Amino acid sequence: MVTYRHMLALAAVHAAVLAGLIAGMVPANAERIIASISRHRVQVTSSFTGTQIVLFGSIERDPAPAPQRSNYDIVVTVSGPRQTIVTRRKGRVVGIWANVDSRTFVNVPTYLSVLTNRPVNSIANAETTRRLQVGLENIVLPQQIGPDIADVVRDDPFRKNFVRLQVDHKLYSEETNGVTFITPTLFRADIALPALAPFGNYDVEVKLFSDGNMITRMTSAFELVKFGFEQYVADAARNHGALYGLTTVLMALGTGWFASVVFRRD
Amino acid sequence: MQIYLPIADLPVNIFLVLAMGLAVGFISGMFGIGGGFLMTPLLIFIGISPAVAVASVASHIAASSCSGAISYWRKNTIDLSLALMLLAGGFLGTAVGVWLFTLLRALNQLDLAIGLSYVVLLTVVGGLMIWESVRVIVRERQGRPVVLRRGGSHTWLHGLPLKMRFKRSKIYVSAIPIWLIGFVIGFIGAVMGIGGGFILVPMLIYFLRVPSATVIGTSMALTLITMAAATLMHSITNHLVDAVLALILMVGGVIGAQFGARAGQSMRGERLRLSLGILVFAVGLRFAYELMVQPDDLFSIRGTGGGG
Repeated sequence: MVTYRHMLALAAVHAAVLAGLIAGMVPANAERIIASISRHRVQVTSSFTGTQIVLFGSIERDPAPAPQRSNYDIVVTVSGPRQTIVTRRKGRVVGIWANVDSRTFVNVPTYLSVLTNRPVNSIANAETTRRLQVGLENIVLPQQIGPDIADVVRDDPFRKNFVRLQVDHKLYSEETNGVTFITPTLFRADIALPALAPFGNYDVEVKLFSDGNMITRMTSAFELVKFGFEQYVADAARNHGALYGLTTVLMALGTGWFASVVFRRD
Repeated sequence: MQIYLPIADLPVNIFLVLAMGLAVGFISGMFGIGGGFLMTPLLIFIGISPAVAVASVASHIAASSCSGAISYWRKNTIDLSLALMLLAGGFLGTAVGVWLFTLLRALNQLDLAIGLSYVVLLTVVGGLMIWESVRVIVRERQGRPVVLRRGGSHTWLHGLPLKMRFKRSKIYVSAIPIWLIGFVIGFIGAVMGIGGGFILVPMLIYFLRVPSATVIGTSMALTLITMAAATLMHSITNHLVDAVLALILMVGGVIGAQFGARAGQSMRGERLRLSLGILVFAVGLRFAYELMVQPDDLFSIRGTGGGG
């Protein structure tokens, strides 16, 4: 039977353990990252051919108990709005090339950029990079396999080709010189947004590594929005389909009528 | 100059799209066809998703056939009652076509179905046109008289019931083949994203013996109605019509069509049909080549959102 005194003792032990944990964690978390991106709202107009936003960051060290580490590594992961994407494979069927197999990637980022200051495999060991999803090869891309949703082995042909096609379209990228250290604790990363970058919210995650271990991380976000006329047209098409269609038909009739008047020969 | 297409979600060069509209418009004006069978593959080629291409081309064809239909209306060469009868079959064909489109998309075989139907349809129709016009040209060279329209000749089609009289076209035929032709045009329009003028005109001439005076005007009126309906339908159900893309295509298309029509008038009928036949056949071969030769990339990706 648990008495009041027992409970008090238990609470004291808990407090001690907790205090010990915090004390133990402090040196490991001595560093903090402070980062800021140049624009939190990227507006796209009719002449959008891609743009770049800049992330500046600083590694802040606690003065007293911090171990004097200096060999820092930074991994910046930017992931765009998520979408379900089907990857199809063609094969030869009775002399013609047709889609014979397909895999559905469920809710995967439409844009993914991994920026580091040196190759991922020299920042941390394979187990760590896989657990923390560092690098294009290690980011989880869940597939619909029958009734289950799971990620598959890294050299699965569908996964490999999906990533390759996204890289070809400049939507996925991994830059091992994407992060530059200006001073040992001050860094900058250039995030490239190609013309095909989809609209929506982008998550930015900055991870700080030292000697193969992750020390801390911070997150930020920005938004890519259609601006002005384009946004108006897209909204109208989505929310007022009938009116939009009618306007398009009238536009077609108007253009046709105008041409027949202008070029009238009889 | 780059311009952003709001629905296709893609920046394109405005002059490239305008030039495509002009070129296809020129051909459509020259031969009196909509040109969808050229425009849809071109748009897919520059990176626009097939769904958006098919939907936006519908409004472009509506514009060019409107311009044509108005001038034929002034000349009083549209058989409206024939067009309406074709339309009755056309609506059913469109409905069946949309159903099949959705089914094939779910089975991952839409690209193959579109490719195969382009190959079969374009090579067969193109081949027939070439053969027909070459025969006429050869006969003329030999100095033999050419009888294009065997007036008063009857085929089994004239034995069918439900006969109707079309005053303007001066024909007296059963409604059944008219509905069937309308059905076929509506069906391929929905599946392949084409107006079908280049098939409709020969069918009206060969099967129904519609005189050349009313055949093009009637075909244009029908295309105008079906493509306007398709634009509206695509806007309401799938939100896939890109009005900005459509407007650029329309402007290029109607201007090109005027110059095309002038060029077409200076050419003789058989030669015009022969060049159209070669063009149609070549596009068909291009699709066949794509299906036969191993593609550069066996893998392809597409979002399930439909738009992008």
